[in-house]
Amino acid sequence: MEAVSRRSFLKVTSIAAGSSLVLGFNFLNDALAGGHIADAVFAPNAYITINSAGLVTLMSPNPEIGQGIKTALPMILAEELDVKWDSVYVEMAPLDPKYGSQTAGGSGAIRGRFAPIRHAGATARQMLISAAAQQWGVKEDECYAEDGHVIHKPSGKKLGYGELAAKAATLPVPTDVKLKDPKDFTIIGTRVHNIDNQKIITGKPLYGMDTRRDGMLFAMVSRPPAFGKTLKSFDDTETRKVAGVKNVVQAHGVVAVLATSTWAAKKGRDVLKVVWDDSSPLESTADHEAAFATMVETKTEKAAREDGDVDKAIASGGKVIEAIYSVPNLSHSPMEPMNFFADVKDGKAELYGPTQVPSSMRNDVAKALGIPPENVSIGMPRQGGGFGRKLRTDNGVEAALISAAAKAPVQMMWTREDDIQGDYYRPASMSKYRAVISADNQLVAWHVNAAVLTGGLATMRAGFPAAAIPNFRIDNHNVKSNIPTGPWRGPTANASAFGDESFLDELAIEMKKDPVALRLELLEKAKTQPVGQAGYDVDKLKSVIDLVTKMSNWGNNKTKGVYQGFAAYYSFNTYVAQVAEVTLVNGMPRVSKVYCAVNCGRVVNLSGAENQVEGAIVDGLSHALFSKITFDKGAVVQKNFNSYKFLHMQDAPLDVIVKFVPTEDAPTGLGEPGLPPIAPAVANAIFAATGKRYRKLPFELGATPPKATPTKQRV
Amino acid sequence: MATYHLSVNNKPVTVNADADTPLLWVLRDHLNLVGTKFGCGIAACGACTVHIDGAAVRSCSFPVSAVDVAKVTTIEGLSATGTHPVQAAWSEMDVAQCGYCQSGQIMAAAALLKRTPNPTDADIDAQMTNICRCGTHTRIRRAIHLAAKKGVKK
Repeated sequence: MEAVSRRSFLKVTSIAAGSSLVLGFNFLNDALAGGHIADAVFAPNAYITINSAGLVTLMSPNPEIGQGIKTALPMILAEELDVKWDSVYVEMAPLDPKYGSQTAGGSGAIRGRFAPIRHAGATARQMLISAAAQQWGVKEDECYAEDGHVIHKPSGKKLGYGELAAKAATLPVPTDVKLKDPKDFTIIGTRVHNIDNQKIITGKPLYGMDTRRDGMLFAMVSRPPAFGKTLKSFDDTETRKVAGVKNVVQAHGVVAVLATSTWAAKKGRDVLKVVWDDSSPLESTADHEAAFATMVETKTEKAAREDGDVDKAIASGGKVIEAIYSVPNLSHSPMEPMNFFADVKDGKAELYGPTQVPSSMRNDVAKALGIPPENVSIGMPRQGGGFGRKLRTDNGVEAALISAAAKAPVQMMWTREDDIQGDYYRPASMSKYRAVISADNQLVAWHVNAAVLTGGLATMRAGFPAAAIPNFRIDNHNVKSNIPTGPWRGPTANASAFGDESFLDELAIEMKKDPVALRLELLEKAKTQPVGQAGYDVDKLKSVIDLVTKMSNWGNNKTKGVYQGFAAYYSFNTYVAQVAEVTLVNGMPRVSKVYCAVNCGRVVNLSGAENQVEGAIVDGLSHALFSKITFDKGAVVQKNFNSYKFLHMQDAPLDVIVKFVPTEDAPTGLGEPGLPPIAPAVANAIFAATGKRYRKLPFELGATPPKATPTKQRV
Repeated sequence: MATYHLSVNNKPVTVNADADTPLLWVLRDHLNLVGTKFGCGIAACGACTVHIDGAAVRSCSFPVSAVDVAKVTTIEGLSATGTHPVQAAWSEMDVAQCGYCQSGQIMAAAALLKRTPNPTDADIDAQMTNICRCGTHTRIRRAIHLAAKKGVKK
């Protein structure tokens, strides 16, 4: 990492001035090599430094996994600091307690940090104004800040932040600062591009996988071939004959091969002879599904929610509708397979790599190595996706133990096969829905009886339509298993939305009501005569339903061959409604267009927000169409992207249109909430198009599987 | 172990590697050109796409010994400063989320536009087979149309 010299900075800013009309771009981050600014003179808090040349460096504290936080948080700082976006330099902060909770998860960073980050920016602005007022001998309230300068209104005098930095640094940090009036925002709410765009499109080293250090060895690891098996013994005779292989070590219940290149490490690993013991039962998906099927027929001893009496309602003589919905296990499969760099020596550990939870990573590494946490440093590169996989710390812990055992700096690399077969999966689940429609065509009972693999949940106890139906019950069963499971983008909601919103569609059709009209009717009941607690805001849910029905011309779609499906869901504090449009291509449904309305409070970065929602929709569609993980005697059946499938362009919507409900509410998160509604919206559209009801994910429509991909294509 | 004389980004380079070493790992580990990414190792995702004599190739499944005298172009060599029309379009459309697959997407799109300078949506459907786990497909499509407008030299 090289520091930016003042001379090169001045050179850069003179060029930058010419590019200031290019909205959304951040020139400095394209032009500067990166690294700490050497001569910072004013650093009022952990997030902001300003040097005497006026270079503003903003620290972005939370892991960047593709959710756009490295761009959005500094935007909030820049807004309150009153600097131009294209004149700030953004740097990824390392793990440090001074930054508070540095986590990427639960769509929580914007929600949790909006107020404190605004405060940090406003504090610095106020100190710069004080410095200018003192220098000029004028009243502070005669001065204001604009575009990196403080201006004395009566006289028009003006000083740049760089000129004020030294003086501002001598002032006490105020605690009571005035935030901007949101109507004066010039950065928040605009369309700002990904801060790392230029580095991404030119292939600069950005990711953990790109780490290169002197003396570093590449490590590949032989892991158990099935859940339930553990390492018994190994023979590395052939491995040590592979050119480039330097060492073989055992750590963390696995065997690691260290070599001078990734390929040598992989070849060495592939010829290891490892004996595995069966240490616990080897489970299969068929066993899990059989257990689910039994459980969903029996109520639990204690319902997760019980309003009224579902059984009585069923016995009352109304029309009873039943349906079973199920979702598969899923792998996170971030595009960047798991990896981590570790250099453990002299009782200290330096780690650099992909993690959503750097603080837990430090504690877990320290514990595994038996050293104090303060002896472990965690650096965070840009990450090639997360989706929840990197909420676990196994990758860093494994790298650290290998480095310690081999006494060498190590870049520990997983193959895609390692990654898919060594995940913490979105747990499979099955949910039996029952509803009762009364003689006067009202929805009077709703019962979900759900069974999930260990550790998961597939129901929302206070989610819509809870509070809108007088007899309402939820039962949650768990199947004990040794298959590791964990949060996967939009946990719980990604399973419950599919059943809830598809079943509502079924009921609407049964009741001969428009699916949107039925929801609005139920929302009215939840508002005026709620039964039990509603964990959602009726008006906000209605706001996205209203907007998306307008956007999509719902109910008035006259386009021949275009079929619409609707779903709405509230998760992670954000409301989302979607209308999916399906066309039939040679009799096969294709999702051609998706309309999406979102209520996430104030939008910070419009381009980033749209991108998150567009991506969540395509991601959710991809998994709904193709993806599932199954187990056979403890082994993952799908090994790589030829069997664990993602959609290609030919199955992606031609267009996704996203709009945000205008609101002054504080911002909520967007990493997850766009995903849950898409599977039911598409299932409902497919039903409209074909009359076939898909109740099981993935749909596996029978579309031509992704084309074989030639390794070489000639012009 | 054998010695290979390659042309990478219009520069002659010499590497010592096993004949079966995929070009991907020669680029990343021997030549320190890490812009080309590893995603699957079986030519299924396209994160490792480079150009060999101008055609898109999935370098994870292309052995170094097969390169011979062909010219290899990686994302680092597509243009000197990121100004190739496809790169410019990617920036303008703000395509990337995590960004990891995008160098491969850009290389695939650049090769597509060489073959088909004004692709239809059906052309893009048929020829863009790279995986993006973040789901940036709609922006990739828009960026390809934009790059076509900007014009990619045949």
